Amino acid sequence: MSELVELTVSESLKKLRNKEISAVELTQAYINKMQDNAKYNAYVTLNEEKALEQAKEADKRYQNGTNRPLEGIALGIKDLFCTKGLRTTACSHIIDNFIPQYESTVTQNLLDDGAVFLGKLNLDEFAMGGSNETSYFGPVVNPWSKETKLVAGGSSGGSAAAVAAKMCAAATGTDTGGSIREPAAFCGVTGIKPTYGRCSRYGIIAFASSLDQAGPICKDVADCALLLNSMAGYDAKDSTSSKVEVPDFSAFLGKDIKGLKVGIPNEYRIDGMNEEIVTYWDKAAEILKNAGAEIVSISLPHTKYALPTYYVIAPAEASSNLSRYDGVRYGNRVDGNGLDELYTNSRTSGFGKEVKRRILIGTYVLSAGYYDAYYLKAQKVRQLIKNDFDKAFEKCDVILTPTSPIEPFAIGDKKMLENPINMYLNDVFTVSVNLAGLPAMSLPIGLSKNGLPLGMQLIGKPFDEGTVFKTAYQLERGANFVRM
Amino acid sequence: MAIDNNTVRQIAFLAKLKVEPDKLEETKEEFNKILAWVEELREVNTDNVEPLVSVNNESLTLREDKISAGHNAKEILANAPAQEFGYFVVPKVVE
Repeated sequence: MSELVELTVSESLKKLRNKEISAVELTQAYINKMQDNAKYNAYVTLNEEKALEQAKEADKRYQNGTNRPLEGIALGIKDLFCTKGLRTTACSHIIDNFIPQYESTVTQNLLDDGAVFLGKLNLDEFAMGGSNETSYFGPVVNPWSKETKLVAGGSSGGSAAAVAAKMCAAATGTDTGGSIREPAAFCGVTGIKPTYGRCSRYGIIAFASSLDQAGPICKDVADCALLLNSMAGYDAKDSTSSKVEVPDFSAFLGKDIKGLKVGIPNEYRIDGMNEEIVTYWDKAAEILKNAGAEIVSISLPHTKYALPTYYVIAPAEASSNLSRYDGVRYGNRVDGNGLDELYTNSRTSGFGKEVKRRILIGTYVLSAGYYDAYYLKAQKVRQLIKNDFDKAFEKCDVILTPTSPIEPFAIGDKKMLENPINMYLNDVFTVSVNLAGLPAMSLPIGLSKNGLPLGMQLIGKPFDEGTVFKTAYQLERGANFVRM
Repeated sequence: MAIDNNTVRQIAFLAKLKVEPDKLEETKEEFNKILAWVEELREVNTDNVEPLVSVNNESLTLREDKISAGHNAKEILANAPAQEFGYFVVPKVVE
C-alpha cells in the first residue's frame, strides 16, 4: 500500500474516480507513513480517527456519484488555521490548549470540496521564524537530512516536511515573509503564496495582517493549482479578501510561454550567495529560454531595504495582533496580584523568546516619539518597493529568482542563533513579495553537491497567478527534479 | 538611536511582558543591534512618498447592519481559563 503515498493529488483523484483505489486505503496509507516518519516532528496534533471517517464518507460519495473536486484527498493543515473542535496552537504555549469553536474559511473551503484532514502541522511559534526552531513543540527535521539533522525551513516547516516525506498528499501553509516558499525550497517541494487578498484570512491566527496570506504546499505545480482552486475566493468575513474573479488555475498548465518575458533582477545577485544557487538560477533561465521565453534584465533598486522595512512593519503588526493574548478569554493564565500582573504573568510565561523579541520591537516602533521615524518611514519605503515591482512589470511578465540564498542548515546552527539578523537575512528574496502583495511560487530546481534541494522562485503581477503557473509548469518540466 | 535599560523596561511594561533584571542588558543589546540595522532606512529619500497602508486597492464594501454571529456565549466561553455565571473572570479591579 505504500506506493499510494507516492501519488500526486491529480493522480490520486484519477484513481479514486476510476475506483481503482478507495479513499479509506489512501488515507490509511498516509496514516501509516505519519507513524513511520514521526521522527521528523511534522505533526503536533493527530486527527486519524476523524480522517478515516471523512474517507469513508468520501468513498460513499464516489459510489453514488456526488464526489466533489478534492474528495478523499488527505491533507495536513498548518496549525495556524482554526479547525473546529480540533486543537489549534500556533505552536505557542500561550494557546496550547485552544479548541476553536469555528472553522477558518480556507479549511472550510477544503472540507466543502471533500478533503480529509490528517492532523495539524508544526510551525514556528505564531509563524515567526525561518527554521521552525521557535516552535513550542520543537523543530521539524528536514526529511533530506543526512548525518546532521537539518532544519525544514519556516515557518511552514511541518507542512513542507510532511509533503516531502509523504505524510500527507498536500498541505496548507501561510506566508508572511516567505513562510511557504522557503520551507518548500528547503524540503524539495512546491508551494505558492497567492496575491494578497486571494485567500480569506478569516480563522487564520494573525501574525502581520497586511502581509499574511494562505497558500498550498504540494508535491508538484499541478497539485498547487488544484489546491489553490479550492482555497481561494472572496469571503465577506475578511474585508481584505478580494472580489477579483478566481480563474481555474489548472487551465494554465501546459500553456505555451513563447514570447513570455522573464525578468532577472540585477539586485538579487548578492554577495555571499551560494555559488551552486547562482548556477541553478542560470540553468532555470536557460530552461525557460528553451521553452520560448525571452530573458530580460530588470532592476528592483530598493531590494536592499526590503528586510529592514519588513522587520519594522511585521513586528509592529504582530505586537498589535498578539495583544489579544491576555490570559482572560483563552489560553495560558497565570494569576498574580491584580489584573496587570495577570496579563504580564500570562504573556511572559506563554510566549517564546522570538515572539517576545518581536512584540518588544513592534511596541517600540509604534510608541509615541518613534512612530514617524520607524513605522511611518517603513510604510513609505514599502511604497517604493511596490513601485519598483510596478516598473519592472512594464518590462516583463514574470520574475525569476532563487527562493533562498542558502541551502538548508543544521538545527541549532550557531551563526543563526547568535544573531537574529543572520536568520532574518535568509528571507532576502522572499519578503519583498509580501510587502508588494504579489503572488510567488517556489519549486525545486535540483540538488546541491551536498544532496540537498534548492528552490527557484517565480513572482507574478497582482492576481496573475496564471502566468506564474504556466511558467512554473515549464520550469518543472525542464528541471526534472526527482522527488524524495 | 540606541536605547538604554530604562527604555527596555518601559517598552516591556507597555507590551505587558516581564524582562528579568539579569536579562535586561542582553535584551537591550539585541534590541540595539536590530535598531541599528533598520536604521538603514534613513538613507532612503521618501520625500513626497505616501505611506503604503494596504496593497489591496479595492475599496472596502459596506454590508447590511445586521447580526451575523452572536448569541453563542457558551462557545465564546468554551476556552476561558476561568469563568463563572457565564462571564470571564478577572481579578478584582474596583475597590
